Amino acid sequence: MDTNKNSILSLSQSLLSILARNWALLFVLVLILIFSFTGINFFSYKNFQNIFHLSTIYLLLASSETFVIITGGIDLSVGFVMGLSSVLSATIMRELHAANFTPALSISIGSIVGLIVCIIPGLINGVLITKYRVPPFISTLGMGGIASGITLVMCEGFPVTFLPPYLTGIGNGYLIYILPGKAISFFNRPEGIAVEELRNLIRIIPNSLMFNFIIIFILWHILKNTKFGQHTYAIGGSMDAAVRAGINTNKHLIIIYTLSSFLAGLAGVFNVFQTGIGNFTPFTAMYELIAIAAVIIGGASLMGGKGRIFGSIIGVILLRIIENGLHLSGVDPFFRFIAVGLILIVAVVIDQLFPDLL
Amino acid sequence: MADITITTRKNGLQKFFSQLGNRWAIIFLFLEIILFSIISPGFFSVKGAQVILINSPFILFLSLAETFVIISGGIDLSVGFVMGFSSVVSAKLIVAFVGLGMNDLLSIIVGIVITLCIGIIPGLVNGILVARLKVPPFIATFSMIGITHGISELLIKGSYIRNLPPIAGRIGNGSLINIVPGKTVSFFISPTIQRGDQLIEILPTVFVIPFIFILFFAFILKSTKFGQHTYAIGGNVDAAIRAGINVKTHLIKIYMLSSFFSTVAGIMYVFRYVTGKADAGAMFLLDGIIAVVIGGASLYGGIGSVWKTLIGCFIILVMENGLRMLGVPTFYKLIVIGIILIFAVLIDQLSPELIHREE
Amino acid sequence: MEYLIEVKNLTKRFGGLVAVDNVSMGVKEGEVVGLLGDNGAGKSTLIKMISGVYKPDGGKIFFEGKEVKIDSPIKALSIAIETLYQDLALAENLNVYSNIFLGREKLRKVLKFINVLDNNYMHDESKKVLKRLEIEVPSLRNRISTLSGGQRQAVAISRSIYWNAKLLIMDEPTAALGVTEQKKVLGLIRLLRSQGIGIIVISHQLYDVFSVSDRLVILRRGEKVAERNVKETNPDEVVSLIVGAEKVAQRSD
Ligand SMILES: Nc1ncnc2c1ncn2[C@@H]1O[C@H](COP(=O)(O)OP(=O)(O)OP(=O)(O)O)[C@@H](O)[C@H]1O
Ligand SMILES: [Mg+2]
Repeated sequence: MDTNKNSILSLSQSLLSILARNWALLFVLVLILIFSFTGINFFSYKNFQNIFHLSTIYLLLASSETFVIITGGIDLSVGFVMGLSSVLSATIMRELHAANFTPALSISIGSIVGLIVCIIPGLINGVLITKYRVPPFISTLGMGGIASGITLVMCEGFPVTFLPPYLTGIGNGYLIYILPGKAISFFNRPEGIAVEELRNLIRIIPNSLMFNFIIIFILWHILKNTKFGQHTYAIGGSMDAAVRAGINTNKHLIIIYTLSSFLAGLAGVFNVFQTGIGNFTPFTAMYELIAIAAVIIGGASLMGGKGRIFGSIIGVILLRIIENGLHLSGVDPFFRFIAVGLILIVAVVIDQLFPDLL
Repeated sequence: MADITITTRKNGLQKFFSQLGNRWAIIFLFLEIILFSIISPGFFSVKGAQVILINSPFILFLSLAETFVIISGGIDLSVGFVMGFSSVVSAKLIVAFVGLGMNDLLSIIVGIVITLCIGIIPGLVNGILVARLKVPPFIATFSMIGITHGISELLIKGSYIRNLPPIAGRIGNGSLINIVPGKTVSFFISPTIQRGDQLIEILPTVFVIPFIFILFFAFILKSTKFGQHTYAIGGNVDAAIRAGINVKTHLIKIYMLSSFFSTVAGIMYVFRYVTGKADAGAMFLLDGIIAVVIGGASLYGGIGSVWKTLIGCFIILVMENGLRMLGVPTFYKLIVIGIILIFAVLIDQLSPELIHREE
Repeated sequence: MEYLIEVKNLTKRFGGLVAVDNVSMGVKEGEVVGLLGDNGAGKSTLIKMISGVYKPDGGKIFFEGKEVKIDSPIKALSIAIETLYQDLALAENLNVYSNIFLGREKLRKVLKFINVLDNNYMHDESKKVLKRLEIEVPSLRNRISTLSGGQRQAVAISRSIYWNAKLLIMDEPTAALGVTEQKKVLGLIRLLRSQGIGIIVISHQLYDVFSVSDRLVILRRGEKVAERNVKETNPDEVVSLIVGAEKVAQRSD
């Protein structure tokens, strides 16, 4: 009798904790339901594609932040490293293009240099944090300032333009194009279609979605299934225990911060492909804070040891759906800020009230 | 029970470092001033100093806010947007009161008082979230950015506020003592001057007001029980609880105090620029924190002081104005401040603590 | 003799776990009671209810014969129950005398109405108590973070003593110390007992407990399983009580 009661109790408790653990996902579903009624054209394949497409940089930044936050750290530099890689790679592309290199070559060299350079801030962060015990908050904040300054000096406060062609064709392209009854093609629009037919062209799976999917899958795999991922959690759970277990925590953390910086660089380069220009990050953009918010909504703890890539992705999508849904429902954009603030608070309070029983 | 002693002997180099570690910020500030005085003509002048002081109030107030929060072991990301929020609220209120036919000065005073009451609400919410609901300060105060920013934008519908009484601007651009030789002397409020009149201004009002706050709250932090408990909570929350300190209430007070300072900063903005703007403080989002850390506080809590923060602020202010007078693009400032920030902490890490010897 | 403090049927649950189950015990003036038990037996939880950190889920506490509700650490301190915690609970960023006076700062008035910290008074008073206990630190103005483990322990003890404790609770007072420093703490316990203070000592060091205690209370899985006068028992019996007699029996064959 008593045990029966107990097992019901524990069942309902674990149900509750599963709900609490996945409340963000539930919330996304509820929001989708609501916005489907209130938002014009919200519930459409096209709009969902669009949400994903425009979330690319946030998805990348949130993924990189997930690793850092699980170790118990924080990376405030990602937004500015992203700006740096965007401006740097765009500048190189522009110069090479102007010097009559082929577009393919200019674009490749620009992208690669942008990516490589952007691991430097992460490397320095890692060394400062591990070898010199500078708190991550300070080190990455300082590095963000430095990256931002260098970026602005480089572009003098203006977006970098006159880039080689094809950039946005790739960044905003789709995997499959179908002109019903007439043509189907991959990566590029079918040849020689008339302007009036353009409206009928069906575009399936943006390249950005593919790109996101691949990167996220790799990161998910690393975190979930590898020794590296396991050690990441161990360090966040207890630094002392990790050290005693023989994990080279310094090396591990340096890799984590370098990875974070690299992913931010990737976001910057991808941003060039999406927008066709090199964008610096304004000092008030708060990309990193939004990414951190997404990670927390996704169930991570700033104390470290907790967090999932999947959760962070849900966090990003939640924030983006609020933005997109409120917009399509004709709500003043400024309510969006308030909504994000409130949801974040709810996220953490729920986290506090239902400590993981699993 | 005798002979529980530790050896505190240190070699000269260590001693040098620990002395330096405790004073490097002020030494650095002096070096900075000397450097700019040499390379930047006009920097070391009454006018140059005046410019620095006129630009100082926002960072001074916001860093004062962070000083208390950071010493208690927290952080407040919302100060910049609480500042914007209160600039909007106070400007709106003042304009509304004037519209009701109230006299200008009275409108300003009533507007300020009401704004101060409203402005501490974000801090109250932050404090309750942090102290009672155990939300990490980073998240609680970041959420408050969204909420205060959203509300202030809604209040002004994406624009800014006009039609403030001119006296507001005369306060914001006045000085402690304003002398028009042979004609008038006024305090705090800048006099109306005719063309050709010479105006002697001594200490800008926008510096005098924060400085009075700084004096007062430096005393609170250093010499009162409130201050002592702030340090204790930042040093070891458990110890503070067990020593009978009401930590929850204290933290709520700290976050309210932080919002209070941010609110005063917002009101200063209205006087200085004769408008209210939702993103008035966006540029200062993290400046307060940076100044506190450069001044030598620890983000882990328990260490720091109002005076150290003041030095941190002036390291930034002098750098900004020095570079500007040299004609260096402002972008470089970001790089320099970033480097100083990291070095500030590095020096703290590398220098051992000073140990006293009794009598 | 009357008990200085007596707890009756004290119970504390954490979710489904009963950390302290119906425990009754008492301490007289000038008596040292050793509280023994395996890891997780509920020792710390029991004393935290007496010092106001946890609220009991059941049971009563009597202090000097009267029932008391100890619902906060302040309340415990106000009736002269002082606690020395396992983790010391010193604010490392504050100096020695600030820690001794933490939460009970001595204030003085300037200009007749502003309360400020009376640092000189706190320094001098702290110096006196350290002297009385024959404890030496380089300077009372040093931060705790510059002190050794033994010195910290000494500061924590003097904090309790300064406030004229009637009951002193010590959770593992010797755990983090070297051998000589352990001896000093034990000496200090004897000194305090001779001054009429009631003391509860938690320790895993059986030898230490035997050498200072008058009486032993043994907990197992939250329950009180035995109470013995030190003179009427021996370490072997106590060990078997701590781990449970069955286990000892198993081990012996
Ligand atoms: N705050 C808490 N929340 C949940 N469970 C707790 C809490 N504090 C203690 N417990 C549990 O209560 C039980 C008794 O713990 P307690 O700390 O009192 O043991 P102890 O006898 O002091 O052990 P030790 O010798 O290791 O210090 C343990 O199972 C512990 O996990
Ligand atoms: Mg214990």
